[in-house]
Amino acid sequence: MPMAASEIERLIKASIPDAEVTIRDLAGDGDHYAARVVSASFNGMTRIKQHQTVYAALGGRVGGELHALQLETAVPQPENSQ
Amino acid sequence: MSDSKSRIDEIVKSNDVVLFMKGTALFPQCGFSSRAIAILDHLGVSYETVDVLQDPEVRAGIKEYSDWPTIPQLYVKGEFVGGSDIMMEMFESGELKQLIGAEA
Repeated sequence: MPMAASEIERLIKASIPDAEVTIRDLAGDGDHYAARVVSASFNGMTRIKQHQTVYAALGGRVGGELHALQLETAVPQPENSQ
Repeated sequence: MSDSKSRIDEIVKSNDVVLFMKGTALFPQCGFSSRAIAILDHLGVSYETVDVLQDPEVRAGIKEYSDWPTIPQLYVKGEFVGGSDIMMEMFESGELKQLIGAEA
């Protein structure tokens, strides 16, 4: 079942209020997305935990209603680094 | 522990590097599984694969086992490492090679 990118962003932000969310529709079919989620709340979490937090925000839709979500998570970087 | 969980547990613990995937290493049935195989092949490590499409019990059980909703899933030395996105990030940073290579 297709799902709107705006809905994905809304659900993530509802659980992770400070999240900066960037979503790309990879195939143009509303079913294959790439999301980049940046949040200070990820600080100190393992990558697995960061991804699990995003999956939890999406409430079980990933792997079901939402077939594929390519996910990248990060903590905000100070402007001068990298 | 349920039957499928103990089966998964045994697979995870008896193989140093094991990928639960859709399809086989030769014929992956999903782009994400294909990407995971490409990474492992590039590292040149030996690994086992489990085709969850051939085993509905494992397919359902593995998601609970790791609290992770998607396939593929990589396990190294009994520990859940992540799905294909995490594998790619760790591959690019050299962490995956380090993790797998340490005892290989």
